[in-house]
Amino acid sequence: MTDRNLLSGPEPEPARDAGHSQPPERVGFFTDTSVCIGCKACEVACKEWNAIPEDGLALSGMSYDNTQGLGASTWRHVAFVEQRVPAPEGRTELPLAEGAVRVSEPAPAATPEGSPPTAPESSRTPGDMRWLMSSDVCKHCTHAACLDVCPTGSLFRTEFGTVVVQEDICNGCGYCVPACPYGVIEQRPDDGRAFKCTLCYDRLGAGQEPACAKACPTESIQFGPLDELRERAALRVDQLHEQGVGEAHLYGHDPEDGVGGDGAFFLLLDKPEVYGLPPDPVVTTRDLPAMWKHAGTAALSLAGGIALAFVLAGRAEGAR
Amino acid sequence: MTRTRKRRGEQLMVPRAEFTSYYGRPIIHAPSWAARDIAGYFFLGGLAGAGSVFAAGAQLRDRPRTATAMKVSSLAAVSLSAAALVHDLGRPGRFANMLRVFKPTSPMSMGSWLLGAYGPAAGAAALSAVTGRLPRAGAVATAGAALLGPALASYTAVLAADTAVPAWHGAHRELPYVFTASATAAASGMALVVAPPRENAPARLAAVLAAAGESVAAEAAERRLGMVAETWREGRAGTLLRAARALTLAGAATAALAGGRSRPAAVLGGLALLGGSVCTRFGIFAAGTASAQDPKYTVVPQRNGG
Repeated sequence: MTDRNLLSGPEPEPARDAGHSQPPERVGFFTDTSVCIGCKACEVACKEWNAIPEDGLALSGMSYDNTQGLGASTWRHVAFVEQRVPAPEGRTELPLAEGAVRVSEPAPAATPEGSPPTAPESSRTPGDMRWLMSSDVCKHCTHAACLDVCPTGSLFRTEFGTVVVQEDICNGCGYCVPACPYGVIEQRPDDGRAFKCTLCYDRLGAGQEPACAKACPTESIQFGPLDELRERAALRVDQLHEQGVGEAHLYGHDPEDGVGGDGAFFLLLDKPEVYGLPPDPVVTTRDLPAMWKHAGTAALSLAGGIALAFVLAGRAEGAR
Repeated sequence: MTRTRKRRGEQLMVPRAEFTSYYGRPIIHAPSWAARDIAGYFFLGGLAGAGSVFAAGAQLRDRPRTATAMKVSSLAAVSLSAAALVHDLGRPGRFANMLRVFKPTSPMSMGSWLLGAYGPAAGAAALSAVTGRLPRAGAVATAGAALLGPALASYTAVLAADTAVPAWHGAHRELPYVFTASATAAASGMALVVAPPRENAPARLAAVLAAAGESVAAEAAERRLGMVAETWREGRAGTLLRAARALTLAGAATAALAGGRSRPAAVLGGLALLGGSVCTRFGIFAAGTASAQDPKYTVVPQRNGG
């Protein structure tokens, strides 16, 4: 493409486009959920390093996940999925790695009528379960809706290609909150301002890796230059496919996707929505030019409509 | 854990009747905005903006009482708007940061600059009309407010649509027309309330145009939204939007049929139109919240490629 559209589509150098003249390599996370053990060391390390306040000690009752989701005071969230039945569309659960026990199978009662159980393997035992664990985080989108809509310039693109809130500027307008297609950024109720993962901007500046990646005991969270991570991730998917984990797939790695690719992408073992991720997110500002156009036409029609009313009323009165 | 839901009725073009989610938890965060502040602002901004066009028309067409009353109405509405917007900030003391950058990718930034230009114009127009001083400057301010007013009434639709909220973004093409029609209905309602019957013929016509326009635009929006239109039809949003339609149509009909002869009928019709516009804005706001809180409205449209 010759006329590059900075609102959507592939954008190899977001930091340079944001005005950093000599940016370092774009960095990010590759979260390989196939080796996540759900220990939540990332959540704890993130909270500690970033001095994030406590945000509830309640038990959710839904699973081992008592954190429940990303928010103003949760910048890493370990999703904990317990599956008894295969997901729709014939997808079934898969072993995590070579030698792992194959588990789960379609429970006939919950199988949609007409779709036969699709588990091809003999090792599945009826009624079994599997656990999927995944450490979620801000995606540091190539086209970040939060950054686009921020009216104060508080959200900005760093030299590392990440997206960070400047807390001394944020005035708590809350626009970034519904703009984020992943439900990441949020306002802290007692503070009013918006908060989210900074990809440990302070640590990056000192040549350190982010706290969550540092703390991860299984290297499920990998930090590094994004290009390198993408290569590594593709190799890992191939490896898993060879081992029979056919449903291993990458999520957020594609520069052609609706947000121009994520700075933090994932290897998943089931559909994104099973982990609470949107299946095909699109940066809302992709459609902003169309919206402004329609708003302009609507404004003209408002003015025209009222003008018409005055003209018609004048004529009717003049005719009397 | 994979929660399976039967989708309701009609949408048979969708092959699968299930969607999965993470324990039914929402995927996106619903806006943290207070309905009173932000839906209220959508209404007040529309009332002010369309009202300024009315005021300019009335001034040009020699309807002085309507002109003055609408200028005062617009100043009051835009003042309340600004108060509501500052009140809704997490850090109200930092409201001035809104003018820190000029950023076309942010409808809120554009809106802040728009309000910054429109507010003083509307204020000067009203002050000049009420005091009778500086009529030249007053006319310039009136014209300025009338030029900026339609933008103020329509940009709020972009403000809502430029989010990941399915019930808003999905209707991003139609929402500006719904908002400007609703704004016209509100301003013509205000004109019917404040103007003497001999001056209110334009308001009655505008009310009819607005009611028709809003019906068409809202219908188009719901059709575009597909299964997400449920959020416009059900729950609190459904109640509000049904009330909006009834009030707007009844108000326009009352004004058109009896508003030219009877002052009480004009006032009644005008109040119904104002109430209809309030219900439209709060209804669409509620639909947005409902669509953000249920992962179904995020997952199913994305799965279906749209």
